[in-house]
Amino acid sequence: MQKEYKTVRDIVGPLAFVELPNDEPVSYEELVEIRTDDGKVRLGKVLESQEGLAVVQLFESPQGAATLNAKAKFLGETFQFGVSEDLLGRTFSGRGVPIDGGPDIIPEKKIDINGAPMNPASREMPDDFIQTGISTIDALNTLVRGQKLPIFSGSGLPHNKLAAQIARQATVISADGEGGGNFAIVFAAMGVPFEEAQYFIEEFKRTGAIENSVLFINTADNPVVERIATPRLALTTAEYLAFEKGMHVLVIYTDVTNYCEALREISAARKEVPGRAGFPGYMYTDLSTLYERAGRLRGKKGTVTQIPVMTMPNDDITHPIIDLTGYITEGQIVLGRDLHKKGLYPPVSVLPSLSRLMGNGQGEGKTREDHKGVIAQLFAAYAYGLEMRELAVILGESSLSDIDRKYLKFADKFEEIYVSQGETDRMVSDSLDHGWKLLSIFPRSELKRIKDELIDKYLPVDEAVKS
Amino acid sequence: MEKLKTGKIIKVSGPLVVAKGMEGAKMYEVVRVGREHLVGEVIRLEGDSASIQVYEETSGVAPGEPVERTGNTLSVELGPGLLQSIYDGIQRPLSAIEAKVGPFITRGVEVPGLDHDKKWDYKAVASKGQAVEAGDVLGTVQETTLIEHKIMVPAGISKATVEEVNSGSMTIDEVVAVLKDEDGEKHKVTMVQKWPIRIPRPIKKKNIPSIPLVSGGRSIDTFFTLTKGGAAAIPGPFGAGKTVTQQTLAKYCDAQIIVYIGCGERGNEMTEVLVEFPHLEDPNTGEPLMKRTILIANTSNMPVAAREASVYTGITIAEYYRDMGYDVALMADSTSRWAEAMREMSGRLEEMPGEEGYPAYLASRIAAFYERAGYVDCLGAEDRKGSLTVIGAVSPPGGDFSEPVTQNTLRVVKVFWGLDSKLAYSRHYPAINWLTSYSLYQDNVEGYMRREVAEDQPEYRNLAMDLLQQEAKLEELVRLVGADSLSGKEQLILMVSKMLREDYLYQNSFDAKDARTPLKKQYQMLKTILTVYKAAQELVENEEFDMEALKNLDAVKEIPKVKDLDEDEQFEDLQNRLQSGITSLA
Repeated sequence: MQKEYKTVRDIVGPLAFVELPNDEPVSYEELVEIRTDDGKVRLGKVLESQEGLAVVQLFESPQGAATLNAKAKFLGETFQFGVSEDLLGRTFSGRGVPIDGGPDIIPEKKIDINGAPMNPASREMPDDFIQTGISTIDALNTLVRGQKLPIFSGSGLPHNKLAAQIARQATVISADGEGGGNFAIVFAAMGVPFEEAQYFIEEFKRTGAIENSVLFINTADNPVVERIATPRLALTTAEYLAFEKGMHVLVIYTDVTNYCEALREISAARKEVPGRAGFPGYMYTDLSTLYERAGRLRGKKGTVTQIPVMTMPNDDITHPIIDLTGYITEGQIVLGRDLHKKGLYPPVSVLPSLSRLMGNGQGEGKTREDHKGVIAQLFAAYAYGLEMRELAVILGESSLSDIDRKYLKFADKFEEIYVSQGETDRMVSDSLDHGWKLLSIFPRSELKRIKDELIDKYLPVDEAVKS
Repeated sequence: MEKLKTGKIIKVSGPLVVAKGMEGAKMYEVVRVGREHLVGEVIRLEGDSASIQVYEETSGVAPGEPVERTGNTLSVELGPGLLQSIYDGIQRPLSAIEAKVGPFITRGVEVPGLDHDKKWDYKAVASKGQAVEAGDVLGTVQETTLIEHKIMVPAGISKATVEEVNSGSMTIDEVVAVLKDEDGEKHKVTMVQKWPIRIPRPIKKKNIPSIPLVSGGRSIDTFFTLTKGGAAAIPGPFGAGKTVTQQTLAKYCDAQIIVYIGCGERGNEMTEVLVEFPHLEDPNTGEPLMKRTILIANTSNMPVAAREASVYTGITIAEYYRDMGYDVALMADSTSRWAEAMREMSGRLEEMPGEEGYPAYLASRIAAFYERAGYVDCLGAEDRKGSLTVIGAVSPPGGDFSEPVTQNTLRVVKVFWGLDSKLAYSRHYPAINWLTSYSLYQDNVEGYMRREVAEDQPEYRNLAMDLLQQEAKLEELVRLVGADSLSGKEQLILMVSKMLREDYLYQNSFDAKDARTPLKKQYQMLKTILTVYKAAQELVENEEFDMEALKNLDAVKEIPKVKDLDEDEQFEDLQNRLQSGITSLA
C-alpha cells in the first residue's frame, strides 16, 4: 500500500526531509512524490532512510514549494523505466517523459534505471571495429564495439559537431557482413543549452538517424538533479536494446561536467565531507556506474558502446571530472584549442588521444593488414615533427637539417590533410591511404616501423605530395 | 550453542547501515542484512547499535528489517581449488555467480569460495604417531599441473600427535587427519580452513629480502630491482601504463603463484586477463599462466565496501600459498581505489577527515597492508622459506604524486617505479621515469648480482644510471645553446644515453620475446652499449676527434639490434668489434 505523509519538515536545496512514524520506515532509493500547495507534484528518491526520517532528493526544482501542507507519497518502488522497442524514434525529457507530442509508451517491461554490475567473468573482449568515418579515430584511435571512449573538449570547441558527425557516420564493418540494420543510437543531453540540444535533434531528423535513435533531453533550464537520472535512463534503454533485442547501441551523452556538478550540488546540500574541488568522494564510484555499463556479454549479440562528451574546465585535463573519467574509460579523444584556432576540423589532438582497445580492432580481418604499422609510423613522425617545430621556433628553421625540415613539413601537412578532414566521411581504407601518401614525402629508409613487404605493397609510386 | 541475537535496522545510507539491538556483536563480525540477506560487516559499535558496511547494493532496504549475526569475522576459505579462480571482493567465485543469476550480478547470492563437491587426490605425508606442530605438512594435493598444494597443521595447534591419517580421493570437507594435542583434545583436519582476512597469517620469522624478483623487464630488473618478499609501488597518471606494467609482471615474473587484484578498475581489463592467461605460456614452465594465477575482480561499479575488502581477501590467499613455501607475487590494481573506498565509508560514518577527505587512519592501513609482504621462515618444524611480494599500483589524481595515497605508500615501500605521462605520450614504454624512480634493495641484491650474473654487473648499472642523470642536465643546456657547442665528452654522453634509452630501456611489452629479457642477457646488452662509452671516453678528449666517424662505425650502427642477440659469443664479438673499431679512430 502506498503511504502518504503530511510531515515534510525541511526543504534544503534539492533535498526534502520527511518525518515518518517510527514503525513505518521507507526503503533506501524508494521513489517519492511530493505534492505541495502550489498544486505541483515533484518526483524524488530516498537518499537516506532512518527510523522517523527520510532524506529525499528531488528531481525537480524546489522553487515555490512550501513545507506547509506538503504531502509526501512513497511509491514503494525504486526508479524504473518502462522499455519497449517503440522507444526508437522517440524523444523524452531528462526524467523519461515523452516530449515529442507522441503517445505514451506501453512498456514491455519495467527496469530499475540503476542497472546491475556486469559480471567480469561474463564479459567478452570488445574487438569489432566501428567505423566513424573520422581518420583520427578510425585509424589512430580505433573504436571497438563495447568500448567507452570519451571526448575531452573545452568550452567553445566543436565537440557537439563531432559527436553528431560520429552519430551520423558510425557503421559497423565486420567480416561476416552484419551491421547497419541493427544499429541504434541512444542520445542523452544533460544540462546543455537549448540550442545545442536542438542542434542534435535537428541533425538526427535531417539525416534520418532519428528513426533508430532514442533521445533524452535535459536542457540547462531543466531541473539540475534530474540530470542524475538522465544518463541512467539512456543506459537502461541501451542495455535493453543491446542485450534483449540484439542491437549494437552507441550511447552518446553530453555534458558529463554538468552531471558532476549536479552530484556536487546534492552532496553539498547533504553537508558531506568533500573530496577534490568540492566534488564528493564517491564521484569515481558514481561515474563508474555509468561508464562500466558499456560492454559485450558472452552469448549475447548486441553491444553497448559509449561516447561520453565533457568539457574540461579551463582546458585542464587534470580537473577531477576529467581525471576520474580517464581512469575509468578505455582511452580518450582530446580536442585541442590550438588546432581549432588554426581553423582545423575536427581538432583532435593526436598525441594525448588514445584508445586502449584499439589493438583489438586493427589489422587483417578487421581493418587492413598495414594498419598497425602505418599508424606507428605516423605517430612517430608527427611526434618528431612537433619537436622540430618547437626547435625551429627557438633556433630558426634554417638550423634544421634537410631531413628534419621534412619532418616539419610532414607535421603541417598531417594536421591540414589528415586531421582536418572536415565533415567528410572517410572509409578506414581511405584514412590509411592518406597516411601512406603523407609518409611518401620521406625517403624510404626513414620508414623504420613498417615491414618491408607492406611498404612495397602500399607506398604510393607517385612520390611527392602536391604542395 | 547460544542463539545469536537479531538486530533491527534503524538507518540506511548507501553502503552504510546502522542497526540497533546488536549488543554482543564483535568488531568486523559478518552479518546478514535485511530480508535479502545481504552480506555486511560490523565496522563500529556504539552502545547497542552497530554500523555495518554492506558488500552489496542496498537499494530497497528499509529500517525495521532484521540484521542477523553470524558470530564470525570476515574470512576466506583456504584449500585446493583456489588457483585458476576468479573471485569478487569477498571471495565469491564469479563464474558460480554467473551460473546462478546470469551475466548481471544481483543481490543476495550465496556461493562458497571453494568447490565443496569436487574430489581431490590427497596423499598423506605425515604418518601415524608422528609429532607435529602448526605449519607442518600433513599431506599434499596436486592442485594444478604446476602447483602441489600442501595441507598444513592449522595455526593455533602448537604441539600434537597424529592419531589417524587418510589418503585417497576426497572432498575438501572430508577428514584427512586427526590430531591429538597436549591437552588430549582431538582436532579433525580437513583440506579447507578459514582465516579472517584482516589478520596476517602467522610466520616463524621475517628475513631481509635479498633475492631479486626477476621480471624480464630491463628497466625494472637492472635499475630498480624488486626483491622476492619486497614491496613496490607504481604510481602514474591515467594512460601511463600502470595496468600494462602490472600485467606484464604477472605474466613474466619468476614467482610461482600470482594473485592479481583488480580493485575498482575496468571490467574489460579483467576480461582481458581472463581471456589471455589461459592461452599464454608460463615462461618458466611452459604451462598455461592461468594455472598459477588467482584473480580477484571487484570492478569499479561493483559495491564499494567489497572493494575495500578485496585487497585483504587477495593478500590472505597469497599468504596461504607463501606458508606452503612458495614465492608469491601479489598485484593490486589500484590501491587508490581501495583508499577511496575507505574514504567513502569514513565519510558516511561522519568521521573527522584527515587530508583530502581521507580518514586519519589511511597511513596506518596502507602501512599495515604492505607490511604483510615479506621473505619469511614459514611456520612448522621443517625449514621452509616462502615469500610474498606486493606490487601496488597507485592512481594519483591528475598525476600529482604529492597526494596522500602516493605519499603514504612511498613511506612504506622500498621500490618506486614512477610512471611519467610525457614518456607515455612519446610512446616510450615502459614509461618508468629513470630520474625519479628508485629501489632501496639495490644494496641487498648486489651480492646476488655479482654471484649469479657477473662480478661487475653493479658497476655497469651504476655507470649507466650516472650517464642518464648527466644527460638530463645536458639536455637543458642543449635547449639553450644547441648541440654544436657541447664538448666531445658531452656529446658522447648524449649519444650513449640515447642508446640506453632507445635500445635498452625501451621495451615492447606486447612482443613476448622482447618483453622478457633474462638477467644475463640484460647484463650483456648493457655492457655492449657501455663499451662504446668506455672505449671512446678518452679519445673524445682530443679536440680533433670526429664524432660523425664514431656514429658511422659499422659496429656502432649495430647497437639497435643488440636486443636480437642471444649468445654470449655474439655479444662478446660485438663488444670486441666496438672496442677495436673505436680504438682505430684515434
